Amino acid sequence: MSGERLDGLSVRDVRVSFDGFTAVDGVSLEVPAGDIRFLIGPNGAGKTTLVDAITGLVRATGSVRFGDEELLGRPVHRISRLGIGRTFQTSTVFEELSVLQNLDIAAGARRSWATLARRRRGVPDEIAAALETIGLAARAADLAGTLAHGQKQWLEIGMLLVQDARLLLLDEPVAGMSHEERDATGTLLELVSRDRTVVVIEHDMEFLRRFARSVTVLHAGRVLSEGTVAQVQADPRVQEVYLGHPVDAGSARTGQEA
Amino acid sequence: MTAVTPAPPSTAVRPAPAGPVPPGRPAGRSRLRTLAGFAFGAALLFAVAPLVLSDFRLALLAKYLCVAMVAVGIGIAWGRGGMLTLGQGVFFGLGGYAMAMHLKLADAGPGGMPDFMQLYGQLDELPLWWRPFASPWFALPATVLLPMAVAFGLGSLVFRRRVRGAYFAILSQALAAAMVILLIGQQGTTGGTNGLTDIKGFFGYDLDDPVNQRMVYFIIAGTLLALLALTRQLIHSRYGELLVAVRDGEERVRFLGYDPASVKLVAYVVAAGMAGLAGALFVPAVGIISPALIGIVPSIEFVIGVAVGGRATLLGPVLGAVAVAWARTALSERFPGTWTYLQGLLFVVVVAFLPGGLASLWALARRRDVAAQPQRRGRLSLGRRRAERTEVPAA
Repeated sequence: MSGERLDGLSVRDVRVSFDGFTAVDGVSLEVPAGDIRFLIGPNGAGKTTLVDAITGLVRATGSVRFGDEELLGRPVHRISRLGIGRTFQTSTVFEELSVLQNLDIAAGARRSWATLARRRRGVPDEIAAALETIGLAARAADLAGTLAHGQKQWLEIGMLLVQDARLLLLDEPVAGMSHEERDATGTLLELVSRDRTVVVIEHDMEFLRRFARSVTVLHAGRVLSEGTVAQVQADPRVQEVYLGHPVDAGSARTGQEA
Repeated sequence: MTAVTPAPPSTAVRPAPAGPVPPGRPAGRSRLRTLAGFAFGAALLFAVAPLVLSDFRLALLAKYLCVAMVAVGIGIAWGRGGMLTLGQGVFFGLGGYAMAMHLKLADAGPGGMPDFMQLYGQLDELPLWWRPFASPWFALPATVLLPMAVAFGLGSLVFRRRVRGAYFAILSQALAAAMVILLIGQQGTTGGTNGLTDIKGFFGYDLDDPVNQRMVYFIIAGTLLALLALTRQLIHSRYGELLVAVRDGEERVRFLGYDPASVKLVAYVVAAGMAGLAGALFVPAVGIISPALIGIVPSIEFVIGVAVGGRATLLGPVLGAVAVAWARTALSERFPGTWTYLQGLLFVVVVAFLPGGLASLWALARRRDVAAQPQRRGRLSLGRRRAERTEVPAA
């Protein structure tokens, strides 16, 4: 849909401090173009803060590059216009606007004032396509506030698609979803990662095993481990953080609360 | 809860047909209804009101309609944009004073000075900043552009620093207080507490003549209708949708790549322009502009009318403003002294029990009708309570 080039995300030595407390303490990671990278870690590991830093919500030192562009130091809306889109833990669709209006606004950040002053006529092609992709075509005219929880999350993802985000940062997209909804969301992620790079913060281990292409484990603001799902699961340091003590790799259970 | 059916991968690439998307309200019928609405409003204002009302009542109505213009602007800034502006009196005042200065200078004749300056100013000649207002080519545009410029300057500072909510309300109110203090302090050149009074002519027409008063009323009624048409276009445009999005999720809009500060700024500046125009037309209708008409109390009264009528709708602010202003006159004629309490009570009741204002009663009734149609019942469950607060154009 985007037809633009595929870029990777490169995070180098990023630090975020709040009043002396260091939430992200020198994180470096490379997410290759087209990856579905899962960020996991215990509460307080700095996952969301790292995404906040990438998207300009909090100040950070170090370097974050997406393609050729340095992101740190730019205001939120400029970073967004470089093709970085994110969702939040709680759904933040505009509940008093229709599904179609939500998508139309998401698609329009580059519109001129002259276009903004006019009415929308019909449904732009990329929005119709996104409505199909996220399975909400039949609900286009309904207020977003009337959608079910899972549908709101899909709408959020749809908004990132029409926004032409080439890097999707999703914060717990399947929290509170049913099994079928999780599967549908995973399939949706695989679909959109064909021409985009996706980073997902998630606690759900089953979801991770099924859909992650690579995993980065954060702990206390640092990268603890990185690799494929199997590599990370076999890492004794990860087991120690998650289980409190090292266990041998064969018996590592991964259904634990992250 | 329906399971999603992610489309087969190919759909992501091919341009999807616009088929399954319902087009929403049929545009033709909606336009017809709007035209009918405007025709009805015009008939009411231009034919019925002048026939039934005495000259005195018609002059009062002219005054209410000026308040209604301010209300339309507040409807945009507050109802649609979420900016509770408690200082629209400032912009109303700027427009009013700009107009009154010109009319005073016109009354005084070429080279003359307004009467009050000779009375208590020790001025030998017209102050420098009064001079441009002698020309209608400067004064008339200034009634609108001056308030807009002030709103632009203030808004640029305030919205970029992300001042909002109660802080913004307090700040805008402080501005109204500051303006009154400034006007009173500069009595020699502003007329002080008295303001600019005893305005006799309006571009060569004698304002004591009932025929000319009627003309002023028609100008005001026409302007109000024009502002309503403009506002309707604005709230149905893409910008109007974006403004509601900023109101409900400013941060989210930022992450979509917009700068919410500029979105809000436009609405605030438009509202200021409307208030300025209202102030300018208020002067020939009433014959006076003074600090008491533009300070904190009138600024809050503007907002009360909007809240009572329904802040997020097109007509709510107008009807609310006229109704409250009319009730104020009617009740204070009969029970002087109790109006202030009634007004306070009205405000409390509306805010507590009918946050969408009187307009939401209408929307509520319409939704009950819709509820009778089974195929659309799905829309009701969750959306209803919120939908009462705002009337958002469907798709």
